[in-house]
Order: sequence, then C-alpha cells, then structure tokens
Amino acid sequence: MDTPAIACERLCKRFGNRTALDHVDLSVPPGTVHGLLGPNGAGKTTAVRVLATLLRPDAGRARVAGFDVTRQAAQVRARIGLAGQNAAVDEILSGHQNLVMFGRLCHLPAGAARKRAGELLSQFALTEAGSKPVRQYSGGMRRRLDLAASFIVAPRVLFLDEPATGLDPRGRNEVWQMIRALAAAGTTVLLTTQHLEEADQLADAVTVIAAGRVIAEGTPDELKTLAGGDRIDVTVREAGDLAPAARLLRARLGVPVRAEPDRRELSVPVTDRLAALTQIIGSLRDENITAEDITVRRPTLDDAFLQLTGQHQPPDRTLPAAEVSTP
Amino acid sequence: MTITLALEIPRTFRSRVGWAITDTWVVACRDLAHWRRQPGAVIANTLVFPVMIVLMFGYLLGGAMTVPGGGDYRDFLMPGMFAMTMVFGIGATLSAVSADAARGITDRFRSLPMAAPAVIAGRAAADMLNSAAALVVLTGCGLATGWQPHRGAARAIAALGLLLLLRFAFLWIGVYLGLRFYSSPEAVTAVRTLEFPVGFLGNPFVAVSTMPAWLGAIALWNPLSSTVTAARQLFGDPVGANSSWITSHAIVMAVAWPLLLIVVFFPLSLHRYQRLSR
Repeated sequence: MDTPAIACERLCKRFGNRTALDHVDLSVPPGTVHGLLGPNGAGKTTAVRVLATLLRPDAGRARVAGFDVTRQAAQVRARIGLAGQNAAVDEILSGHQNLVMFGRLCHLPAGAARKRAGELLSQFALTEAGSKPVRQYSGGMRRRLDLAASFIVAPRVLFLDEPATGLDPRGRNEVWQMIRALAAAGTTVLLTTQHLEEADQLADAVTVIAAGRVIAEGTPDELKTLAGGDRIDVTVREAGDLAPAARLLRARLGVPVRAEPDRRELSVPVTDRLAALTQIIGSLRDENITAEDITVRRPTLDDAFLQLTGQHQPPDRTLPAAEVSTP
Repeated sequence: MTITLALEIPRTFRSRVGWAITDTWVVACRDLAHWRRQPGAVIANTLVFPVMIVLMFGYLLGGAMTVPGGGDYRDFLMPGMFAMTMVFGIGATLSAVSADAARGITDRFRSLPMAAPAVIAGRAAADMLNSAAALVVLTGCGLATGWQPHRGAARAIAALGLLLLLRFAFLWIGVYLGLRFYSSPEAVTAVRTLEFPVGFLGNPFVAVSTMPAWLGAIALWNPLSSTVTAARQLFGDPVGANSSWITSHAIVMAVAWPLLLIVVFFPLSLHRYQRLSR
C-alpha cells in the first residue's frame, strides 16, 4: 500500500468554546479525489486550513504528502496548492501578473515563472484574458485563475474549499472539468462541498462531517446505499396538507417519511416501487389530499446526507431541510 | 506540460536570508505594479489629497492665520502637511493589510513555500516607498508655491528622515490594526476617519499656543507634534512660539516617539500575524 497523501489522526481544533474539529480521522490515498461533505459550520474549512498549514491543531496529528503539518510546515507548503472560498488573487493586476508573482514566490526564476504563467493561462482557458486586470473577470474566470495559482508547481496535494461557490452552472462545469483533469494527472485532491451533487460528480470517496465529527465515510455509491433503496417524492398542493399527509403515509407504509416544507414535498423510502406507488395514491385519495406531483427515483447523496446528519426529521415539525443538524 | 518542482527548502542561514529578501521584493513589487496599472488611482490616493490640502489651507485659510512668534503661515504649514501625509499612511497600510487578510490573499501567501516574514516585510517596503514618493511630490509642490528649506540640504534631508521614521512607526500601527480588525470594515473606516482629528489635535495646522491650555497640552504631547516641530526647526520654518520642554527637545522627541511606537506596535503586529494560525 502507498502511504496516504493525507493522513489525520484524532485531529482537534477549538475556537473559544466552539469545537470545530472533534477527533477527526481521515486517510486519502494518493491520486484520488476525496470529498469532505457537511453542512455550514461542520468544520470543513477548518480541516482544510489545518491541513494547508494555516491553522495549528490543538491536538492530534496530520501528515500531508508525507510531512507533518505543524513540525514540517515548510516541506508541506512546497508540495500543496490551496484554493480557498474566495478567489485570492490581486484584483488590480492582470491574470498573467498574478501568476508570475505567485510563481516567483514559489521560487521559480523570473523567466520560468513567466513561462509557467503562460502555460497555466492556456491550460485554464484564460490566454485571451491574460493581460486584462482581474477585476474585469467573470466569477468563473476568477475561480479558474485562483485554481491556476494553486497549481503553479503541480502540487502533490490540492485543497479546494467549496470550489464551485458562486458559479453559474457553466462555470461550475468548467471548474469540475479542471479538477478531473488535475486528478487524472496524478494530483491528490481534497475538496469540501455542501453540494452532494458535486461530491457525487467528482469524488472517489467521501467523508461526511457534522459538528466537527466524522459521521460517515465511503464511496458515493456506498453512501447512497446507506440511504436505503429507491424513493418516492410526493409534492402536495396545499402546504397545510403536508403534515397530515406525512402522518398518513408513515402509518400506512410503516416507513420513516421525510418532509421538506419549503417544497411542500414528502420523501418516502420504498422497496417495491409499484406496490408503494399504488398504496400512496390510494391513501392520498382516501384522505382527499391533492398531490401535485409524484416522482419515483433512485436515492441521491442528499438522501444519505440527511439520513446521516439529521436522522429522520419528524414529518410534523416544520423545520427547513437545510437546517438539519446532528442531535 | 506541467512542471513538477522538487522544491528544496533552504537549510543554511544565508540561503534563508536570500529567500526572505527575494520574497519581500516580489511582494513589494506587487504594489509597484499597481502604480503602473492604475497610475490615476495611486496619484489620487497618495498625492492629490495632500497637495489639495496644502493649497486649501495655504491660500484659502492661510490669509486668516497668524503664526504666534511671527513668520509666514504657508511656511509654518508645509512641515505640518508633510507629517499629515505620514498620518494618512496609517489608513493606507491598514486598508491594504485588512483587504489582503479578508480576501484570502494573506492566506494564499501563507500557504506558499515563501519566507514567512516577507508577507509583512513586503508590505512595509511598498508603503515606505509610497510615502517617500509622496514626500517628494509634496516637496515639489511646496517649492513651486514658494516654500523652501532655509537651513541647507543636510538639515532638510534630516527633516525628511525624521518624517519617514514617523511613517515607519505608523506602519506598525497600520499593520496591527489591519490584522486586528480585518473582519470588520466599519473599524477600518473608523480609523481612517480619525486621521484628521489626530492631526488637528496636534500642531500641523495651528500653533498649540492658540488652543485652550488643556487641549494645547494634549496637542503638545501628540507624537506627531514633535516631528512637526523638529521638521520646522530643521527646515528653518516658523515654529510658533512655545517654550515648553517638549518643544525645546523636539528633535530628540521626534526620534524617541517613533521608537516608542515601534517598540509597542511591532511586537503587537507580529503577535497578531502569528495569531492568524490560531
């Protein structure tokens, strides 16, 4: 077995009386894309900042590319790239000037830094905009430049903190393609995200954290299996029908029912799809509840995520799905 | 296509110092590149404002001003304006430091295999160059409107040196406040708003003897006032009659005050910088 590109043992970090990381263990094999998944405030960014040598852990150990993040920070920094939540590039300078500056700070000689800046601009489809000031860039272009800046010396390990934040679908797809290309070239990527689709699209393996603790690990498929088979989603027409409908389906089908009041939607795990569908339609008709839409679908990572972080929401509580937290 | 550098971390003291110097220069060059990219903004920020104030105070208000102990008000004002330009530097440093910290640029620097002190040293070098340039322009503006040093080039240069020493002290106030308050833009604005009152609560614009006694005492012990008085003496400009101890030891105090500020704010800045990783 190769030594892992990222290895954390019982990593802890507190800010005042808030625990950001609570004995986090993590092991990422080299050359893979690993997703760190969790709601806001779960500790994802803190974990990345510790691994990128920006924060000192209070306890536990972390090694990146074979070096200890606290005792061998300089060696770690020589082997990592970091792209944080906001594009950390100089707005006034051009894209090319930014990359040359960061290249010089990675101790490339001036000529090599310029050459590398040119290569990166073309690799990240920014050649045309290369001489324009960054403030004229679109969100997607900025993000790509930021990614390029984190890739100057082809890092062994690349940390991406919510790489698709603030991008439109096209910009997001562009960034995803870049990440796939970098991973294919052998870089180990650790990316944080709250979007399950993103982890599903990119990650070989996923660690789910909530309130600073690891609550699940596995491939996206394994996590989906945790969510249990297929699901049927029912959208009711009247918001007032949501709670009665949830109680009804829970009683008739004998399974946990998840309610999402924002979308007037109930989600029901099912095993025999046709039988369940018939039963649901029958039950709703009996109680005179109008369904606007009924969908049969495969489970998503969202289902696994809600299952893991929120357990099952009691359907008669009107808590938005996004605010689910661990007990 | 991609270069993979087996980056060697320098092991000897000499090569580490070499890295630190190169990195500092690269970071400072970022600011110099801003000059080239937007000369207009740089001129407006660092140069037009002081020049405008010289003209406003010199010509619009100057007629109504008399300097206690005699002398021309515009001659009295020039050293004050030099010093005010140094005060405005606090806000410039503060804004730059807090913007970089807030927008993740400081973090990017900290995640690079660069010499750690270079992040702040580069800022310091760029700001000192900016302020030196502002002094040169303001001097030109003074000479063009009839002001001149009366006591020779050596003393004039000594005066400019004292002004830059004050700027260097203010630099660390700016770095400290920038790292302390980068997450609250209101605090940054507040400090910038306070620059003028700090100036008025000293002697750059009027002689302290024209103020109520208690206020004059505060103005007299404003570190800014010692540098202004020392510069007035060295340029041979009117000082504004004052016989207090601190005025008669202005040159000593123009060295002592900045050193004291550096002794306080340099360690505070480093402490704040190290706290970024906590």
